[in-house]
Amino acid sequence: MERWLFLTTDGLSKGAVYAAFALAIVLIWRATRIVNFAQGAMAVAAVYVAYSVTAATGSYWLGFAAAVLSGLVLGAVVERVVMRFVEHAPPLNAVIVALGLVLLVQAVLGSIYGNEYRPVGTPVSRTGLSVGGVSLLSAYDLLVFGAVGLVVAGLALLFTRTPVGLRMRASAFAPEVSRLLGVNVAGMLTLGWALASAVGALAGLLVIPTELGLHPNAMDLVFVSSFTAAVVGGLDSPVGAVVGGLAVGLVLSYVAGYLSADVTPLAALVLLLAVLLVRPGGLFATTATRRV
Amino acid sequence: MRVLPGNTLLRHLLIAAAGGAALWALTYQLELYRDYQLATAAAYLCATAGLTVLTGLNGQLSLGHGALMAVGAYTVALSQDKWGILSLSLALGVLAALAAGLVIGLAAARLRGPYLAGVTLAVAVAVPAVTTTWSSVFNSDQGLPVALDPPPGTLALEQWQAWLAVGCALGVLVLLANLTRSRFGRDFRAVRDDETAARLAGIDVARTQVLAFVVSAAGAGLGGGLLAVLTQSVSPGAYALSLSLYLLMAVVVGGLGSLAGAVWGALLLVFLPDLTHQLTVGLALSPGAAQRVEGNLPLAVFGLTLVIVMIAAPGGLQGLLRKLVPFRTITPLPKSEERPVSDAQRT
Amino acid sequence: MSLLRVQGLTAGYGGAPVLSDVDFEVRAGTVLAVLGANGAGKTTLLRSVSGLLKPTAGTVSFDGCDLRGVRVEHLVRRGLAHVPEGRGIVAELTVAENLRLGGLWRADRDAVRADLDEVYGLFPALAARRGHAGHQLSGGERQMLALGRALMARPRLLLVDEPSLGLAPKAVAQVMAILRHLRDTTGLAVLLVEQNVRSALAVADEAVVLALGRIAAAGPAAALRDDTALRHAYLGF
Repeated sequence: MERWLFLTTDGLSKGAVYAAFALAIVLIWRATRIVNFAQGAMAVAAVYVAYSVTAATGSYWLGFAAAVLSGLVLGAVVERVVMRFVEHAPPLNAVIVALGLVLLVQAVLGSIYGNEYRPVGTPVSRTGLSVGGVSLLSAYDLLVFGAVGLVVAGLALLFTRTPVGLRMRASAFAPEVSRLLGVNVAGMLTLGWALASAVGALAGLLVIPTELGLHPNAMDLVFVSSFTAAVVGGLDSPVGAVVGGLAVGLVLSYVAGYLSADVTPLAALVLLLAVLLVRPGGLFATTATRRV
Repeated sequence: MRVLPGNTLLRHLLIAAAGGAALWALTYQLELYRDYQLATAAAYLCATAGLTVLTGLNGQLSLGHGALMAVGAYTVALSQDKWGILSLSLALGVLAALAAGLVIGLAAARLRGPYLAGVTLAVAVAVPAVTTTWSSVFNSDQGLPVALDPPPGTLALEQWQAWLAVGCALGVLVLLANLTRSRFGRDFRAVRDDETAARLAGIDVARTQVLAFVVSAAGAGLGGGLLAVLTQSVSPGAYALSLSLYLLMAVVVGGLGSLAGAVWGALLLVFLPDLTHQLTVGLALSPGAAQRVEGNLPLAVFGLTLVIVMIAAPGGLQGLLRKLVPFRTITPLPKSEERPVSDAQRT
Repeated sequence: MSLLRVQGLTAGYGGAPVLSDVDFEVRAGTVLAVLGANGAGKTTLLRSVSGLLKPTAGTVSFDGCDLRGVRVEHLVRRGLAHVPEGRGIVAELTVAENLRLGGLWRADRDAVRADLDEVYGLFPALAARRGHAGHQLSGGERQMLALGRALMARPRLLLVDEPSLGLAPKAVAQVMAILRHLRDTTGLAVLLVEQNVRSALAVADEAVVLALGRIAAAGPAAALRDDTALRHAYLGF
């Protein structure tokens, strides 16, 4: 029971990060029908920025802000400079370009920082608060929940309550009609990529200290888990991504806790395959299944 | 172009025999480490040739071919340890990869585009997990040694490896070249271009896709097995996700769907790191920086090439060459304007 | 005076041009109907006017200003609204959101609010369904939403592509009546592309007939209505 409680809180905390990262995947998918396979690498790049800024200033939070900001910029640059040219090409081209970016970004990071794991500190303790002898939520878990909660709520407000959000949704659903209505669709796409990339950077910031540490490949597994989460949620649905993220976090935490931490990548693979083959529309799909 | 016989198989065999003879002579001229590089390129070629058929001709993107190479490599290592018969080990490696390819292919036939890419990515990322989970068999991160008998006679090991790998690669090329010119090749392309139309034309789409995956996996398995023979060891680090991405880079740069492009790509995989090494030597960096840059520069070049080629010349090297020297080839992936996806397609 | 002037317009999708050397103008406060069979190039014409398709030759000027080089998303700021074929509403957004989108670029928030009320007054069916998603609407309601949304931009010229397509006769009549009402009360000019010749000629002041991408006939709508030979040759009634 104690173990179960621990694994559950730990799984929810990881799941919150997956949820944020899956949300970033879904944002770009909805806007461009591209799965941004470079999102993990881009997030790692932002976390390296945080690492450098924190090392230089001694402030975790300055690094944090720098990472989110560089995530924004990186997303906008990637969309403007690269992705714009494959948005109307066959889907294969966009995936291949994103994978090229993965190699490029990881190589640049490796050249600057080297390919060894660097430990990353957290602003608050990761030791769980003891409740009746059971180690439960840590202060860091609370930070994760708070940060992800804020991001999810912020994005929800942005998309449903603001003119910019309305423009972004319209651009995603009907780009040509939106242009005729005076919406700067190209700008909305860039903004969408920037936002998604910033959310990805935030997820990276939150998750990397809880794993092996900072490394150019540090987000590979997180990407797979989050992609699984996004697919569980239906890939098109922001709400689905959040729920899917929490669900995947829990499943992987139980697998790691009751079987072995080594098999979690296999578990993610099995989960992904199972969802795609059994319920291709995602677990929360109500409408007819899509082609996957 | 009538100097070669009209029979496809005969023509391919003749070309392969001529190429094989030239390379055989070449191995005597080259320094041993060049022989070794040739052998490595040939091993990669088995995998890239398979991948280009799958991705270029059948339109299925696999990020799991590095993992399929690992299947071949580990099978060869285990079989060499147990029986020590190289031909048997390589055959088993191919069979094992074929079986793995069948499993992934069955799932892949129901998946499209980014979903397939995501699943195969998950496969690639799971390789180290497999080796640690069953560490008694695969020995975790350390991997396994590959036991080899010494080469026959006074032959140098590297030269013998080159013969072996080049022979296998030529065999793969001949088989795939015939396959792509056959009814199966036409089915592959029909399914890639328009699944619905292919289905209406009586093609079993799912079976075609599984077949493409299995054939392609067999190539990857042989390539992985050869690589294990060349390096005389296997470890998960050598078959990481980046290997899959390298293979993809190779086939894209060479020209998706073209076997000649797969040759270009395989050569690039071996000689590009060589080039970037020369470059870093010329840069005069501090030792630490030089080491970091040297390890990563090929990756950066590969990544950048992938992005630029995909945007600027989706036909790859072979596509550019084809514009200069027109001759019979396999149709490459359609360019963007031929397959529009915008909502602006009405008159 | 002429609000829209099209001269020597040639356009296509690579290959043979769909439109060749098309000339016409729309005067302020009038309705010009573009008639023609399926495939005559009517939609291509509208897409070239609004810049969704770059013409290969010719000029389009609006209010004396050449539209070449003007970005599609800036047209609406100049007073030119395009209601695309197939009632291009955003099906995933609600009626209210669609309408809001139409006036989103405007800075005069109070006037926008007043215009919204006016649109709801013009189309009571929309007012009743403002919270519904676009895909829940009937064909007629979608057309009204598309028109209403275009009006939110307070355009001087409205490009309307086949508003009658797939609508019941009653709904067609309603749409045409609204176009006529807008012309008469607000001085709106309309470039109306239609296959439904009778309905279009009933509301149009002038008309051009497009056949195989060229102008086959042009003149006052009444004259076209009365020209039996022309009607038989191009308009099929």
